[in-house]
Amino acid sequence: MAAQRPAAVITACPDGPLLVRGDFDLVSASGEPVPRQRRTVALCRCGFSAIKPYCDGSHKAAGFRTQESEEQA
Amino acid sequence: MSTELLTALVASPDSSPEQLYRLHEAALEALRSTPDVVRDDDLQLTLFCLNALHYDGLDGVDDAWEWHTELGAVKARIEQDFESALRDRVPVPDRPARLTAQPVAAALFDLAASDTSPGLSRYISSKATEAQLREFLIQRSVYQLREADPHTFAIPRLNGRAKAALVEIQGDEYGGGRPERMHSELFAATMRGLGLDDRYGGYVPQVPAITLASVNVMSLFGLHRRLRGAIVGHLAAFEITSSVPNRFYGNGLRRLGHGELTEYFDEHVEADAVHEQIAARDLAGGLVEAEPDLIDDVLFGASAGLAMDGWVTEHVLAAWVEGRSSLTAATMVAA
Repeated sequence: MAAQRPAAVITACPDGPLLVRGDFDLVSASGEPVPRQRRTVALCRCGFSAIKPYCDGSHKAAGFRTQESEEQA
Repeated sequence: MSTELLTALVASPDSSPEQLYRLHEAALEALRSTPDVVRDDDLQLTLFCLNALHYDGLDGVDDAWEWHTELGAVKARIEQDFESALRDRVPVPDRPARLTAQPVAAALFDLAASDTSPGLSRYISSKATEAQLREFLIQRSVYQLREADPHTFAIPRLNGRAKAALVEIQGDEYGGGRPERMHSELFAATMRGLGLDDRYGGYVPQVPAITLASVNVMSLFGLHRRLRGAIVGHLAAFEITSSVPNRFYGNGLRRLGHGELTEYFDEHVEADAVHEQIAARDLAGGLVEAEPDLIDDVLFGASAGLAMDGWVTEHVLAAWVEGRSSLTAATMVAA
């Protein structure tokens, strides 16, 4: 049996954002589509981005660190 | 040197052996006598014109010159000294302990974080005058009006994860199928908005050698298969150091009343936060996993890109601090 490929893949980037690739919708709490210019997006998870829900690279200056276990995964 | 080149190039590639001989002699003499090939206006302009044959060509120049053997020999000789100079003075960091994607990505992020060059973006954000903003765009236009092209040459030289990553990044650079969203076109729109010439190469005669060198290094890395590690490292470093400065550049335009012209910069804040992850992990990390021997070139390419950017910034800020133009022809652009 061929393995089913997921429609979208989310990569938890160590010390950085969640990188989302594939076929997915990004919507606000009310279900409205979030304006999107590209297929692959990086979602903020440090909380410092000025363009949330997207990443703007602020995690670096903020010194955001993820768990060591995540890097080993 | 650049004069001899242009004289030779307006002739047919089938004729003028005498002019080519003079060109070769002039190149050797220029390389012998220059105090620094990286900052030599004539040599870098010559190299820039030779590289242009591989991109959009040169007006009035026969495309057959691109693969002309003797012209190629002149270019190879200049590039040899250029690459040597860079290898001599660009510090290459230690290899990561493991040559897998994550440690390679971490090494690239660390390298970029340790870069201490003064930031041009903060100056543009808080201090630049209208004239300086225009100069900044002119300096950048030499690359940005062809943004992404040098790195595209690497695509057929990569495989698997690294190739898919580079195509993913470049697809975004080229607008994802929408020509008006191409990054080079967004930059051109900003230039037009400020009344600047958005034709490619329009300002080449006015920019200093170090600016041309910062573009020539991309062509050097991108057009040589043996340097595929370096072009990959260069792109990774470029993307890693892009999001935050572009926010500041955009702020500079808004401060000077050009809030309607910031699309190029706003786009890069978001796009390059995506690209830096792909470039560091999948492109550079993927390449090193596939070809571990390329690690040193990946790090060299990254470090060379950061060094070049730092040297351009030093040149520009040194001029501005003294109230001078950073352009060569003393053409302080009218505001």
